[in-house]
Formats: sequence, C-alpha cells, structure tokens
Amino acid sequence: MSASHPSTVTVLAGGISHERDVSLRSGRRVLDALSAQGLSVELRDPDASLLAHLRENRPDVVWPVLHGASGEDGALRGLLEALDVPYVGSTAAAARLAWDKPTAKELARRSGVATPRSITLSHDSFRELGAAGVLDSLRDEHPVPLVVKPARGGSAQGVTVVDDEEMLPRAMVDAYTYCSDVLVEQKIVGTEVAVGVLDTGDGPRALPAVEIVPRSGVYGFEARYNAGETTFYTPARLDDDAARAAAEAAVTVHETLGLRHLSRVDLMIDAAGTAWFLEVNVLPGLTETSLVPMALDAAGFELGLVYAALAEKAVRDHH
Amino acid sequence: MTMPGTNLDPWYDSYAARTAGLSASEVRALFAVASRPEVVSLAGGMPYVSALPPELVSGSIERVLSSNAAMALQYGSGQGTPAIREHILQIMAMEGIRGSADDVVVTTGSQQALDLVTRIFVDPGDVVLAESPSYVGALGVFRAYQADVQHVAMNDEGLVPEALREAIARVTARGGRIKFLYTIPNFHNPAGVTLSWARRVEILEICREAGILVLEDNPYGLLSFDQPAPHAMRSVDDEGVIYLGSFSKTLAPGFRVGWALAPHAIREKLILANESATLAPNSFGQFVITEYLDQADWRGQIATFRDLYRERRDAMLTALGEYLPSLTWTRPDGGFFVWLTLPEELDSKAMLPRAVKELVAYTPGTAFYADGQGRGNIRLSFCYPTPEAIRTGVERLARVVNGELDLLRTFSGARLTRAHDQRPGVVTPPPNTD
Repeated sequence: MSASHPSTVTVLAGGISHERDVSLRSGRRVLDALSAQGLSVELRDPDASLLAHLRENRPDVVWPVLHGASGEDGALRGLLEALDVPYVGSTAAAARLAWDKPTAKELARRSGVATPRSITLSHDSFRELGAAGVLDSLRDEHPVPLVVKPARGGSAQGVTVVDDEEMLPRAMVDAYTYCSDVLVEQKIVGTEVAVGVLDTGDGPRALPAVEIVPRSGVYGFEARYNAGETTFYTPARLDDDAARAAAEAAVTVHETLGLRHLSRVDLMIDAAGTAWFLEVNVLPGLTETSLVPMALDAAGFELGLVYAALAEKAVRDHH
Repeated sequence: MTMPGTNLDPWYDSYAARTAGLSASEVRALFAVASRPEVVSLAGGMPYVSALPPELVSGSIERVLSSNAAMALQYGSGQGTPAIREHILQIMAMEGIRGSADDVVVTTGSQQALDLVTRIFVDPGDVVLAESPSYVGALGVFRAYQADVQHVAMNDEGLVPEALREAIARVTARGGRIKFLYTIPNFHNPAGVTLSWARRVEILEICREAGILVLEDNPYGLLSFDQPAPHAMRSVDDEGVIYLGSFSKTLAPGFRVGWALAPHAIREKLILANESATLAPNSFGQFVITEYLDQADWRGQIATFRDLYRERRDAMLTALGEYLPSLTWTRPDGGFFVWLTLPEELDSKAMLPRAVKELVAYTPGTAFYADGQGRGNIRLSFCYPTPEAIRTGVERLARVVNGELDLLRTFSGARLTRAHDQRPGVVTPPPNTD
C-alpha cells in the first residue's frame, strides 16, 4: 500500500442480524467492484475469529457492509477503532446517532430540516401506563395516517403504514417484535425519494435523488428486494426547487450527524416541495436492487472507481 | 428532461402467472440467519448425514468408478437403472409393498416425482386434496401448477376420514375437479403424526368410491422409533395409489435419488415426463446407491439413523415438557418433526424476528398451508441439531414465547387487527427445509 492507496480490503458481510441476506448480497457486490479495480479483497462473515484475524492479517482497509445492529449501531466500528484499522463509513459515534431514528430525527430538526411529527414509545411505557390509555392518547395527538416502525433497524422490517386506527395496536406489536422502542410518525403524503450522499475527499455532495414508486403503494421488504415490484426514477421527477431542497436536506443531515464517506437519506417531498427527513442509513444497501448504486450510476460514476476512492478516503481519514 | 423509470426487471410483465409466489420474503430473509453457528435451527428438515460413515459411501464410489465408470458417467434411462429399481422393490417390501420393477420410475429426489405427477394430472384450477397442514414443498409444486389446494383436517391419528368425505362432497358440489389426494401417512411433515391402519383402509375406500387417485408420499416410513409404521397404503391398492419414496432420509439427500411406483399407464406417462424434464435421473447417484445397497449394511445404517433421531426426538419432547409445559404438541413415533400449537393469541410468523434475535429458528405454521392458516402453529425439527442444542433451542423458544405473551399482555384489551396478510400461504422457506 502506498500512502493512501490501499491494496487489501476486508469486506465484512452477513452477521446475525435480520438483514443478513441483504448484507451478504451487498458485500458480494462490493467485493466484485473492488476486485475489478485490482484490489485484493476478502469477504468475511464476522464470527468469534474475526478480531484475531484482523489483528494477525491486518488489511489496509475494512469495509463493514453489515446491516442491522452491530454493523450500523457503531459497536463494530468502535472495535475497529480500537484495533486502529482504517474502515469505510461513518465513525462509531456518528453511526450510533444515525442508528437511533428518533435521535437522528431530533438532530435533523434542530438543524432546520423538516421531519414528520412523531412520538417514540418503549414497550415499558405501555406496560407502565396501560395500553388503553397510551393508545387513546396516541389517537388524539397523532391521528392516522401514521407510519409505525422499530426505532432501530432497517430494510423496512417491522414497519406498518397505519391508515386505520384499528390497525394501530397490531402495528405496534409487530414493531416491538423487532425493537423494544417504537417510533410512531405522521405519514407524509408525497414523493418518496432516497438521496445518497458521497464524500470521497471534496466534501459531502448529494447524488441524484432516486424516486421510489412501489406497485403495492408501500416500499416494504418485498417491494425492496424483488425486482419488478418497484419503479425507480433517477433523477426523481421533482421540480428544480424541490430537487434542490432534497439535496440540501440530505447533505445537512449527513453533516449534522457527523457522517463520513457514504450515507443514504430517505425523504418524503410533499406537494409544497418541502423535504421531510425520515431516516438515514450509514450503511446503505449496495445490492443489485439498492438505491445508492442506482444513483451513482445515474450520476455517471463507475461503481468500482467510487468504491476504490472510498477505500482510499478511509485510509486518508485514518492518518 | 425526465428519465424513464426502471423497475430493474425488464421481463416483469412476461412471467407466467404460476410464478406469482416466487418472491423474496421477509420470512425467507430471516431464515438466512439460521445458518449461523450461534443460531439453533429447529427450522430445517436436513437429515443428519454426519451419522453416515463416509467410508461406506467412498467405498461405493471407488468401486463404481473402477468397474463401471463409463456407464455411471453417461446419460441413463429415463426410468432409472434396472438394478436400482430391483433394490427399490426390496426396500418397499419392508413396508408391505409388492410390485414390479417395471412400475418403478427413478426421479431426482421424490420431490421431482411429486412435480411429475402434478404435471401429468393437474390443469390450472384443478383441486388437489391435502392434509391440513401439508408438506411445504408439495404446496410449492401444487401452486406452480396452479392447483386449487383444499386442506382436509387431521388429528392425532392422521387424516380424518369424515373430513375427507366432506371435502369431496364440498368440492364436487361446486363442480370442482379433484385430481388426487396428497398424503404423508407416516411421521407426517410437518404434523409428526401417523395415519392409523384402520384409517388407511377407510381412506382408500373413500377415494376408490369417489374415483380419486391417492398420492402416498413416504420419505420417513423406515425411520420409526417405537414401533414400525403400519404398512403402506400402496400395499393394499395397486391401482389407485401412486407411491413416492426416497433415499434422502435413509441414505443421503445429496444423491437426489427418489422414485415413484405407479400403475402401468401412469408409469408410462411419468417416464416420458421425466425424460422431458431431465432426460434421465442422476446416473452416477444410482450406480453408487446400488453399490452401497449391494455391499454395505444399509439396514444397520437405517437402524443407526433411527437411534439417533429417537434420541433427538426424546430430547425435544423432554425440553418442551420442561420449558413450555402449557403448550401442546404432537409426539411423533418417527421422522423429523414436532408440530407445536401456540397459545391462541400468538402468531408464529410475526414472532419469528424475536426468535431469530434470541438465536433460535423455527418454521412458522403458515408455510404448511395454501390458504394462510397456521399462524398458531410452529414446526420444530429435531433431525439436525444435537440433543444439547435442541434443549438450548427449546429453552430459547420458551423465552421468545414468553416475551411475546408479555408483549401481547401489554396490549390486552386492544383489538389486534392485522392490516393485510401479505400473500397468505406463500411463506417459502429455503429449499433445504423440506
């Protein structure tokens, strides 16, 4: 490896999260793209031997492509920092902020980015205060339509769009199955977009927004991971002002949370052109149906070159 | 300029209607975690092939390659080799079946026999009767041929004859065409129960009267624990029964060798359909299995498997009694599976993420129904994990069940209406969960 040109990369993918399968597919894509750039890349499914392996076979860069907890909650990143190994993606501290959706929303709001009105409820709060009272209060203060989702986690697992009050308790139960805290958020009607934010050294910049139009109307797990179930428009069919607002919101969120290298900010653009922040992914999906690779392609980037540039940036940032 | 949208699949509108269920699902994604060593998987139906001494197989492979390589590596007959068909007759004789080697068709696992039988009998909309619940792999085949699957109730003695009569009457009254009854009489997958002899006779009589063919699927029949299973239905009816058998559980599934024993006319069509599907079943596998059956103590090996699975069955039943005493489950006399019934308020499919988080995997009951039933059930497999792992897995499952009950108690009094049931009955576990 020269000063900032890594030659060996360890891609971490798989893990024991609910998003293992997605992670493995993302990891293989990263491996293929980096290998095509001439880098020596290994793919590892993290297990009890991982840390010893990294100590003994220290790669120039680690690229964690582990979705879900440990990969995105900052824990693994913290360990990589302790091992003093350069890695692609946001720091442990920043990842933790982004991983917790209510925290990310609040920080975004304080930076002037609109985010749907919401409330976060722990399972314990229901237990202590009684479901009937909490649900009544919810209905009064947060009328349908709502989006109920686990406060942490990705790939739309455990997410329900609640158009009918009757569905609210079941939606809460389904979300609690994934996480002990649940975010109940006002549903914004508009254009759903995902904006990738890329920083290979010249500062964060927004990639073209990808507009998401699922056939079923809901961009849930099946709409995400079955080709054909969702139509994507890149760039999104937004007027210039709305497109600018989306890009600005995405970069603001990325900077506010102190994210690095690559992130994906999910937004809803309402009829007035306001960009509403929903959540941010520090480790956006990189599969064949994922949004960031689509945006990179639309922006004229070659995936392999971008990924190699990110690996270099990780090395530079480490020094 | 607005760019045209893409759905990432330019052929999306070209797929046949029968592919409707072929999609990635959240449940299937969760199964991916089951392969991790930390997770105790009580989900898959994988035989414990590590109990098969490798030298038994390697000796057979070496002998085939040294004496018969040219034929073993060549295309073979669409019906299978005469030698293996003779052996298959001997194996079936252990369950009371007498037949001719001419009526045996060797297939790529009995799964392919299931596919071929459905292919030659079922037009879209035709009715297939199947137990309630039924084997997930069979439901997948029936769905692929656009059959209308009608479930028939079963209890601890297996398929309920009266329920079969009612189902036939119901379907007939609405003008439906019943093509066959699909049944797994021994150590049912997933229910774990065995059809009593009296019921076998009665069900055959009902089907004979109604002119309904019986498709008897018997992959586990020789894996009995406490007493041999009753003789096969085919043992007393050689005109109205197609019998399916397999080496996957008594030897190893990697060979992908199974068979159908069918009445003459059906056999002819099965051979032609087999040739159309694969040209010929796996020649090398058939030669190796033949050599194994000639030379090795295969009966002793089956006894070894029986002992191993009995110990694991016992471990599972003991653990269930200890950790989940308030639930109910079946007590299989053989095979691989226990069918667990959850408290009414629990939903096995919705609970799976919590289970994966607790490092235990199971198959939700919904996988075994074509109509969205099964949320109140779980299939637990005891074939692959060690007794210690089974115990750990059941202990974890108890935590999951109790956690879910606690969650639901929090919402007691609230109506838990589900928004929409995503694709009922199309929970498709990965292929190795058959």
